[in-house]
Amino acid sequence: MSENLLDVSGLMMRFGGLLAVDNVSLQVKPRQIHSIIGPNGAGKTTVFNCISGFYKPTGGEVHYRGKPIQGMSSNHISLQGLVRTFQHVRLFANMTVIENLLVAQHRHLNTNYFAGLVKTPSYRRRQREAMDRAEHWLRQVNLLEFANREAGNLSYGQQRRLEIARCMVTEPGLLMLDEPAAGLNPKETSELDQLIVRLRDEQDISVLLIEHDMGLVMGISDHITVINQGAPLANGTPEQIRENPEVIKAYLGES
Amino acid sequence: MQRALFPALFAAGVTFLLTCLVIGVRLEQVGAELTVTGADADTWGWIAFAVIGVFLFQLFQTPLSRLKQRLPTPDVTGLLPDTQLRNRLKPWLISLIVVGLFVWPFMVSRGAVDLATLTLIYVMLGLGLNIVVGFAGLLDLGYVAFYAVGAYTYALLSEYYGLSFWVCLPIAGLLAATFGCILGFPVLRLRGDYLAIVTLGFGEIIRILLNNWTNVTGGPNGIGGIDKPSLFGLEFSRRASEDSQTFHQFFGIDYDSSHKVIFLYLVAVVLVLLTVYVINRVQRMPIGRAWEALREDDIACRSLGLNPTVIKLSAFTMGASFAGFAGCFFAARQGFISPESFTFIESAIILAIVVLGGMGSQLGVIMAAIAMTILPELAREFQEYRMLMFGGVMVLMMLWRPQGLLPMKRPHLELKTS
Repeated sequence: MSENLLDVSGLMMRFGGLLAVDNVSLQVKPRQIHSIIGPNGAGKTTVFNCISGFYKPTGGEVHYRGKPIQGMSSNHISLQGLVRTFQHVRLFANMTVIENLLVAQHRHLNTNYFAGLVKTPSYRRRQREAMDRAEHWLRQVNLLEFANREAGNLSYGQQRRLEIARCMVTEPGLLMLDEPAAGLNPKETSELDQLIVRLRDEQDISVLLIEHDMGLVMGISDHITVINQGAPLANGTPEQIRENPEVIKAYLGES
Repeated sequence: MQRALFPALFAAGVTFLLTCLVIGVRLEQVGAELTVTGADADTWGWIAFAVIGVFLFQLFQTPLSRLKQRLPTPDVTGLLPDTQLRNRLKPWLISLIVVGLFVWPFMVSRGAVDLATLTLIYVMLGLGLNIVVGFAGLLDLGYVAFYAVGAYTYALLSEYYGLSFWVCLPIAGLLAATFGCILGFPVLRLRGDYLAIVTLGFGEIIRILLNNWTNVTGGPNGIGGIDKPSLFGLEFSRRASEDSQTFHQFFGIDYDSSHKVIFLYLVAVVLVLLTVYVINRVQRMPIGRAWEALREDDIACRSLGLNPTVIKLSAFTMGASFAGFAGCFFAARQGFISPESFTFIESAIILAIVVLGGMGSQLGVIMAAIAMTILPELAREFQEYRMLMFGGVMVLMMLWRPQGLLPMKRPHLELKTS
């Protein structure tokens, strides 16, 4: 049990008469890229919202590092170390790139009013550390030259990368990416591909990924969960999923 | 031209109808009866002039706007010195302005200093509301309530307990902040229009409360004879009350009523400088950035572990506390307050200052506050048209510069390597 970073069991989400998520279970191990795939409207994002606390699941349990987190508010879950991105980019568009990264480090910074007003040494030190961390991640996602540009003026691909950097400065244990490759061109997608693998290998974190780009998913995932119409359909390594007749049927229709 | 003819005729017709009804005919009382009399020839001339003017303007609107586009826009960017020089000059310029603020009142008339004091109160209010509306993006239409809380705190404490201005100033700020927090709680879930309506209601509740709680607040009669602030116990009156001394006695100079006015002005300057400094710092602190992040996207905020509840409450609390200080000072300066001073129009004016100045921009808000208090004074001859001009200026501003006089500039943060 404790070897799993994230342990979701029997997750249910009901909206009135609609059962959007039906008994979904998945386990994310440390240093793994775990993908959730499924046709449009299968309930992938709903699963994400349940795990990250934006919805309160109707049933089931979610454990992170052995600690139950279901029903906690989203900001508390984020403080535990589960940080997510969104299907549509949600940057602070009118703030600069670097400010976006500083906001994300809010909890690392000294938020004492008095310390900030008189600029105590500890306040300055933490501010410096935050800037350094932001700089480090800007270099990682190749956005250093845009540091003082407003986030809304970046290209779409850059915004996507900034969103990932913004998650990473919070020093998460599990990064949850909701369709990070949506709207990217093939070159950008392959860059993203490398970035995600690098995060796993160099930063010791796990990634939970929702993605439609099969090339990306099959290439980098260690483990895949397939969801269809809210219910789990298959679970396994990319090779197992590729050969699973049920999955092929769900994706291509009955033949 | 052909296509413009009908709209032009229509506009002229509407102008004719409206002007006829409003100024063309008059009801006059003759004995016990009312009679309708037409205007004199002069007025009819003006009406004809207006109608023809509207007709011609509408008819030639397209060529006119084309002509306007061809006017060259002056290039003013070259007039400013380059960034490096500007950064080097900035501390000097700021100290020059600060020194100027302190020296200036000794050279001008009493009325000018008095007007400047009023302006500074609006600067403080504008800066405070800027936290709530400009930074945190929470539309607050009842800001005047906190101003009233601050003013009544000093007035009541001074009347019933004889506390001095300097003791009451922090209490007024704290109490207004508490009220800000109280208002913050029910509106945490609201945003946009709904928030605006609730804050509007809150502002009215406070005013009506002050109006009707007659045995404490004096109701519509207000509270008079509020003490002026003193300088380390030295009073600025002609004769000292029992166990204290007056300013002119202490320094052995003749009594001059302008001392008091200048002193009040200097107190206001100190308060405003303090406000500017604090808000300037807070803006660059994590909490200031969190306010702006909340304005941009609250869902993203939550996903990054920021607690929107705390951030919203802190914005309301902090904004309200500055209104409390301003209110306390206002009560001290006026010496008399009544609920009349805290009507909705005050909230609207303060909001207009923030919007005209450019939301989130400190310098813009200060400029707008100065413009909004001094322009009506300059336009005193047009008494009855003041509000009309006020509205007109606002409409024009929103058409030409919807982002405000001086829109907020993002701070430039230097990285180590670059």
